[in-house]
Amino acid sequence: MAATDVDVFSNEEKRSLSLGGHVGFDSLPDQLVSKSVTQGFCFNILCVGETGIGKSTLMNTLFNTTFENEEASHYQNGVYLRPRTYDLQESNVHLKLTIVDTVGFGDQINKEESYKPIVDYIDTQFENYLQEELKIKRSLFNYHDTRIHICLYFIAPTGHSLKSLDLVTMKKLDSKVNIIPIIAKADTISKSELHKFKIKIMSELVSNGVQIYQFPTDDDAVAEINSSMNAHLPFAVVGSVEEVKVGNKTVRARQYPWGVVQVENESHCDFVKLREMLIRVNMEDLREQTHARHYELYRRCKLEEMGFKDTDPDSQPFSLQETYEAKRKEFLGDLQRKEEEMRQMFVNKVKETEAELKEKERELHDKFEQLKRMHQDEKRKVEEKRKDLEEEINAFNTRKVAAETLSLSQPLKKDKDRKN
Amino acid sequence: MTTNTRYKNRPVKAEDGEEKEYVGFATLPNQVHRKSVKKGFDFTLMVAGESGLGKSTLVNSLFLTDLHKDRKLLNAEERIHQTVEITKHTVDIEEKGVKLKLTIVDTPGFGDAVNNTECWKPITDYIDQQFEQYFRDESGLNRKNIQDNRVHCCLYFIPPFGHGLRPVDVEFMKALQDKVNVVPLISKADCLTPTEIRKMKDRVREEIEKFGIKVYQFPDCDSDEDEEFKQQDRELKESTPFAVIGSNTVVEARGQRVRGRLYPWGIVEVENQSHCDFVKLRNMLIRTHMHDLKDITCDVHYENYRAQCIQQMTSKLTQDNRVESPIPILQLSTPDVETEKLIKMKDEELRRMQEMLQKMQQQMHEQDL
Repeated sequence: MAATDVDVFSNEEKRSLSLGGHVGFDSLPDQLVSKSVTQGFCFNILCVGETGIGKSTLMNTLFNTTFENEEASHYQNGVYLRPRTYDLQESNVHLKLTIVDTVGFGDQINKEESYKPIVDYIDTQFENYLQEELKIKRSLFNYHDTRIHICLYFIAPTGHSLKSLDLVTMKKLDSKVNIIPIIAKADTISKSELHKFKIKIMSELVSNGVQIYQFPTDDDAVAEINSSMNAHLPFAVVGSVEEVKVGNKTVRARQYPWGVVQVENESHCDFVKLREMLIRVNMEDLREQTHARHYELYRRCKLEEMGFKDTDPDSQPFSLQETYEAKRKEFLGDLQRKEEEMRQMFVNKVKETEAELKEKERELHDKFEQLKRMHQDEKRKVEEKRKDLEEEINAFNTRKVAAETLSLSQPLKKDKDRKN
Repeated sequence: MTTNTRYKNRPVKAEDGEEKEYVGFATLPNQVHRKSVKKGFDFTLMVAGESGLGKSTLVNSLFLTDLHKDRKLLNAEERIHQTVEITKHTVDIEEKGVKLKLTIVDTPGFGDAVNNTECWKPITDYIDQQFEQYFRDESGLNRKNIQDNRVHCCLYFIPPFGHGLRPVDVEFMKALQDKVNVVPLISKADCLTPTEIRKMKDRVREEIEKFGIKVYQFPDCDSDEDEEFKQQDRELKESTPFAVIGSNTVVEARGQRVRGRLYPWGIVEVENQSHCDFVKLRNMLIRTHMHDLKDITCDVHYENYRAQCIQQMTSKLTQDNRVESPIPILQLSTPDVETEKLIKMKDEELRRMQEMLQKMQQQMHEQDL
């Protein structure tokens, strides 16, 4: 092909042609599938809900296995996220499943900051992926994608409406992750109450502009089932890993004195619907949405923040490299300036402390001189006192001697007097 | 008092073996009964807990009336910054000639906001206000028609969705334990299987002990009661906190019309003892311990409040030297802190003087020698 053809190529209209025979590129999807199967799949679920609402039990029920989990306590100081990765296999398909739990959510008395750790976690996963993408030597196909594909938001079955914390958190999350709200522990709501509750929740979400995940209706194969499922949101689920004998079968259920709630019975709860939608039909779509919508939004915001633009004021496409170089120079210049400042500060501080130390030394010296002088004064005084004391003692002794001699001569005198 | 009134009046044998004399004060209980029926009773019950836990439904089930006809429930976004309100509903109900003036104090908004720091303050303030009002009325000159609005019992609803008590539950109960009888309940118990209920009750009891929360304790029954009563009493105490279910609807179950909740998998009967502890709660609250709750409120909580109040007032008076209070203050017989200190100082000085005198005397003595 000549060089000129290459330039015109992009503007040319594509013509569709009909084939004369079977070429064979209809096997492309199969090749893709076999490649994905060998690579293995990866899926990340984030479970947000109060402590004890049934997140771990539902995960166990969904994947029909027991992920090790200790009960969380209600007395955490804040919310923190606990990601756990498991390797599952079904037929010949490998799944690397990561379940992220929110520990301590909804337990604090002041819940204003509760959504922050969750948002930060999601952003961090996006950031890691972005970093990997921007690397010079990158290996995206090998990269363990930790971005959250789905957020299951567990709503407490109060029967009235959403809680204020739920509304605030979902609003913060709806632009970052696919949210599917579910009503947890649904065996405490009767059918009529459930209907009203679902309508109330959906109307509250709509009126507050919260965008939850809608099952895709553009693919013909699944459009019908997806659109009917959309009408059943939020799903009212019951989870259980215990098996109960009902009739002549053993099913997963919860046994009450008044009856048995079967998890997989569609008239009891929407668990089967959730499993269909989440795992069997739309898992791949969830991953795509995460990458194509949420991740792209994050990437765009992040790069705009850093100062990158797609077109500069002259409408010429900016090259990423040039912008990058310019940014780098600016950044290095900033660093140098900061270093200079810090050095100056350091030098100043050293001077100040030196001056202070000198002052203190002088003071100490003065004090020492003063003390010495005082000491000498004291010594002199003590000397004088000693001298006085000695004189007194001498005087006393002489008086004593005089008194004794007097007393000796006294009786003589008396004798003399008597004699006289 | 208790043992004596339960004994039937033993006939008094006269010294010389004459016919037994029947005095007749065995009719005192009947007189008390008559008078009290004439006077009527009153009871104030407070319900507290997050919204959506079934408080209103339970109150309706307990008293078999519909107290909250036109309630407006707030949306989630209105509740983000909600403050706690106190609402009162008073109804007069009558049964077999006994009149009861029942006041239900509701606390909408408790625990609903995003930031719930000190959300129990309006509640404690309300209780203190009622105590203060009663205090003033009691010390007034005309005490004929005192309205007793003091809260006799507070039912606290613990959500069953967690693993036990949450920090807000602990803080609330601790703030109220000295002001009112707190009875914790596990609400919406139809979401827990029997094993889970037992675990939850044990957990809650453990945590109540761990945090030192003083909840309402049933009084011990007397040693001369029969075994059956004692057994019942023991069972009652072991099943606290009660796991309750309430219902506004009547359903058909086992051929009868009962209050219950209809599910696709079964019918929960509110008054079925194997389904929940509603019957135990009702018996305890209304049929057996209502008066005990009132007594403890009067004798313990109110007296504590009164003593505190008086102490505060008198210490303030001696500081300000102003005699301006609606209540006549008796002269304090105990010396207060200031004069005691002075006395102590003077004693010290005296002792020191004495010691110096002694020393000087000794010195002079030595000098004389």
